[in-house]
Amino acid sequence: MGKRVLLIEDEPNIIEAISFILSRDGWTVHTHEDGMTAMDKVLGFPPDMIILDVMLPGRSGFDILRDLRGNDLTKDVPVMMLTARGQEKDRDLAMRLGANHFMTKPFSNTEVRDFVRDLMRA
Amino acid sequence: MPAQQLAGSRIREKRLDRGLRQAAVAETVGISPSYLNLIEHNRRRIGGKLLADIARALDVDAALLSEGADSGLLDEMRHAAALLGSDVEVAKAEECAGRYPGWSALIAAQSRRIAALQTQAQALSDRMAHDPVLAGALHEVISTVSAIRSSSSILVGPEQLDEDWQRRFHQNIHNDSLRLAESSEALISYLQAPDAQAEQAMSAFEQMENWLVQSEFHLSALESARADVGAFVKASGLSGAPATLLQAHAVQYAKDVAALPLAAFERACRAHNYDPGVIAQEFSEPLPRILRRMACLPPLNDHPPMGLAVCDAAGVLTFVKPVAGFSMPRVGGACPLWPLFLALSRPGQPIRLEVVLPGINASRALCYAVATARTPAHFDVPPAVQSIMLVVPDPDGSAGTSQSVGVACRICPRSDCASRREPAISGVAVQTAL
Repeated sequence: MGKRVLLIEDEPNIIEAISFILSRDGWTVHTHEDGMTAMDKVLGFPPDMIILDVMLPGRSGFDILRDLRGNDLTKDVPVMMLTARGQEKDRDLAMRLGANHFMTKPFSNTEVRDFVRDLMRA
Repeated sequence: MPAQQLAGSRIREKRLDRGLRQAAVAETVGISPSYLNLIEHNRRRIGGKLLADIARALDVDAALLSEGADSGLLDEMRHAAALLGSDVEVAKAEECAGRYPGWSALIAAQSRRIAALQTQAQALSDRMAHDPVLAGALHEVISTVSAIRSSSSILVGPEQLDEDWQRRFHQNIHNDSLRLAESSEALISYLQAPDAQAEQAMSAFEQMENWLVQSEFHLSALESARADVGAFVKASGLSGAPATLLQAHAVQYAKDVAALPLAAFERACRAHNYDPGVIAQEFSEPLPRILRRMACLPPLNDHPPMGLAVCDAAGVLTFVKPVAGFSMPRVGGACPLWPLFLALSRPGQPIRLEVVLPGINASRALCYAVATARTPAHFDVPPAVQSIMLVVPDPDGSAGTSQSVGVACRICPRSDCASRREPAISGVAVQTAL
């Protein structure tokens, strides 16, 4: 069984596309759409890596990232942030909070897959 | 040097403009060339018939020679220079206004336009950054585009897909394209809202004040005891925040009318020579109400011109009724020496102060200011303090003492002002330590 990626994203067709390309690349992909319960999902399903959208219903991806880095169980899990807000200050905030990578929508599938591979290798 | 003493300089400029020799003009008006020379070098005072004769000989308005340019126009020209912030010949503003009044008015108008456009640009920038509707619409568009890009790149990728997956991603792209069409249309219609541009050209306060300028701030529709404030605001044609502000202003205005009916108030103003302290005693009404009412007297009833400024506890101007002879900047901060701000440090203590504005015309104004709480007192709740100032330009007589004030630091020539908060533009003042 491949390593486990948790995709926290609320856009159904993006979830389907990313899940498809990562599954085909050998990863086991789990998904979650709600920001409010995202931490419960992470703790109940310890992933090897998290792809985290910024604008989620209920709770911002930045807040979730802050919690991830503040929890001993998840502080070292690689996190790639996805956002439609490409502003420099958002990228700075994500990196300051401890994101491993920041990707702006619309992204290419190849980019996502390559960064997942790189982060897992690191 | 007072304005009148510069009349000679203006006569000289006008004569040279018209290419007339000193001797020729002197002969026309019946004086010796040497006397005209003394006048032109401001060594002899001039007025009355001789001034009128020289003005006729030079084909100019006598007032232009005696008074020079309007101080409001000069302030606007200095504001224009401040906007550029470069080495404009600020010291020659009056000369420019006197010699080229049309061009000077154009400079002032363009300066106002630039300030309005800057405000509009800032509002648009704020809207792009903070408008939740716009942010939501853009997010929807970008998310949908992302989904289409991901799905389509899977379909055109080098790897084989079975038919079920192909059908599924085709369906996703179709669904997303419909969503994209809808969200794009919604975005375009939002950005093309018909009143959006007009609303953003000025702040809500400025839009309300611009509307009030049409009636010179006297609202005859509210002067009756049975005035309908709601109908009045509806008839104004304003909407959104400016309408809300006008509603609050109209409610206050109607209360002032009820306490101080116009006919009796006008009689009292004239009887007491427009002294708000005495008028307040006669009506037993609070001073802020008297000051507001005085500033809104009917413009055609021969009352002296009066301006009004209101600020909150942070010193932000929340209401301005402009008056000739006392410029009140809407953009940037006003002079911290205005009695309006002095009153904030002494709540409840009325201040009557004659002020002198800087510049060659050195116009005077009598200011009445008082700061009061506009909300009832509650334990442990800070009061909402508001300061109000009535401005009477060029008052009859003089109180004997006066306070030097400015319009705004950037255009203020006073070099020894301890209250200066930012350097003046080049050419206006010797820079002092802040």
